[in-house]
Amino acid sequence: MKKGTTASIVKYIRPRTFPTPFCAGCGHGILLGAILRAIDELELDFSQMLFVSGIGCAGWIPSPHYNTDTLHVTHGRPVAFATGAKLFNPRLNVVVIGGDGDIASIGGNHLIHAARRNMDITVICANNLIYGMTGGQVTPTTPRGARTQTTPAGNPEPPFDLARLVAAAGATYVARYSVWHVRPLIAAIKKALQRTGFSFIEVLSTCPTQYGRRNENPTPIGMLRALKQNCISMERAKTMRPEELAGKTIIGEFVG
Amino acid sequence: MKGSQWTNLPSVLRPGRYFLQGDEACAEGAIAAGCNYYAGYPITPASEIMEHICRRFAQLPGRVFIQMEDEIGSIASVLGASWAGARAMTATSGPGFSLMLENIGYAIITETPCVVVDVQRAGPGTGQATRPAQGDVMQARWGAHGDYEIIVLSPWSVQEAYDETIRAFNLADRFRVPVILLMDEGVGHLRENMTVPAKTSIYQRWKDLSRPPFGEVEVPPMPAFGEGARLLVTGSTHDAWGYRRTSSPQAQQQLVERLVSKILNHREEIQRTNTHFCEESKLDILLVAYGFTARSALGAVRLAREAGIKAGLLRLTTLWPFPENMVKELGAQASHIIMPEMNRGQMLREVQRVVPHAAGYHRTDGEVITAPEIWTAMQRILRSGKKRALEGKDLFS
Repeated sequence: MKKGTTASIVKYIRPRTFPTPFCAGCGHGILLGAILRAIDELELDFSQMLFVSGIGCAGWIPSPHYNTDTLHVTHGRPVAFATGAKLFNPRLNVVVIGGDGDIASIGGNHLIHAARRNMDITVICANNLIYGMTGGQVTPTTPRGARTQTTPAGNPEPPFDLARLVAAAGATYVARYSVWHVRPLIAAIKKALQRTGFSFIEVLSTCPTQYGRRNENPTPIGMLRALKQNCISMERAKTMRPEELAGKTIIGEFVG
Repeated sequence: MKGSQWTNLPSVLRPGRYFLQGDEACAEGAIAAGCNYYAGYPITPASEIMEHICRRFAQLPGRVFIQMEDEIGSIASVLGASWAGARAMTATSGPGFSLMLENIGYAIITETPCVVVDVQRAGPGTGQATRPAQGDVMQARWGAHGDYEIIVLSPWSVQEAYDETIRAFNLADRFRVPVILLMDEGVGHLRENMTVPAKTSIYQRWKDLSRPPFGEVEVPPMPAFGEGARLLVTGSTHDAWGYRRTSSPQAQQQLVERLVSKILNHREEIQRTNTHFCEESKLDILLVAYGFTARSALGAVRLAREAGIKAGLLRLTTLWPFPENMVKELGAQASHIIMPEMNRGQMLREVQRVVPHAAGYHRTDGEVITAPEIWTAMQRILRSGKKRALEGKDLFS
């Protein structure tokens, strides 16, 4: 069987866990598959992998779907839980999957300190710019001006640039892609999984239910098209003027 | 239980007598119990535990120490390590303990064994960092949200700081619960002689991959990550195999019922009390105390005995589950009961639940309660004849 295909990754899914809990148009299903495709293509020993996730939609990517050891913990703390498991059993291949609220807001302290320590874990942040499961409130990555349940007049605060934040904190591998850019995303996940040290991948994901419909982009395909249009590769960004880059998101490898 | 057993390990420290601090004895007890993962964050008066563990782990193979970025990270990494197979511990004081409580609740619902040491200081808030208090009794019992039972042990000496830490690890693995070792600054910073025996009795965690890790039996088996169990661990309400069942009344009822009964059904095994001068069938006055205050209480009993008063001390080493049978039994035989505590009567209310005529004697000024002041209070209550004369405002006047 060809590696990385849908037929080839079904074996990693726990029985009885479909249909997924994700809303129609949610990008997390694409990410769920992308991570498994990377693992399959690398032929990693799935039974020696540990997936740690926190509270929120993204926490459900590994738990209960991935059919190996999964640890679904308190809100914001998966990086700290993962630190303990990895330190005690370094043979485990530890991957943290969480949303922007989980990883960057309540869990921000653990994120930067794990990066500073260069803990040998991979952190994948599914960034859909909003708290999805709790009803669409503003997060530290919500763009300025965006409408959410708690910023009805538009978000007055500037967002974190997560990839740059984690790079500055000392991670050995940092990349940002979106669920539209699946092939480079899988390649980045493969690199991160093979890298010793703290690896961080920010994955821009879609949330038509909570984000899109409040920000004049209510359809799943519309949100994916927006990712295609707004994400600019690092190479292309170098040739663009600052005013052309306004409102765009740079994707690529920030620390290679 | 099948697959699990008690083993006798040779002592890590050379057997013999040592002059140690309570905090150091607690750290040595953890090492003797096989603690091989410690994560902590500095806080007075508990930091010496972390510092001692740090120095000692460096000399011993296979033991992991990390100073985390905060208390939440400390307990979180302890729980992650526990599921990776570690005997894990953290230590803190009141403010840090408050921060840990959400994850202690997570440990309860996921049945994750670990030991959390709280060396209490005077609060609330930052309070008096270097002063003794016993104000975390109810926080230790009820600090996490929801319904649960928990095990809380309170040593009164350096020897017990060592012994009860070992017992805390065994109870944690035996019942798959977080066990709180509730010391106070008085015991933590006390220095006195203690004895290290040649052998340490250790309970080995039960592992069985063929049985569900979250149900079916009272205390289910707990395999570690990487052993092929495909563990599905979640803090949400779950069934025996770990699948989320958050909208099932039956699943919630079954889970909470088991979490509670696995402790309550084994009360006798967990509850440890000691009596001093309680041989007579009828006592004039019974003191009930725990932790550092119990030392002064024993002094007060001796003063009373010298004056011909039939006084005795019931000392609680297990605070939760509350040893109510022992309190009820001895309390019924005593004309008067006084509970001295470095708080405003947190445990007193629990004692009064089973022996309503118990009275309290309290200090919350960051000073230890002395034997002579307890003796004075005992004389006052004996003179007045009123059973609960020590209650109310006059305590603080």
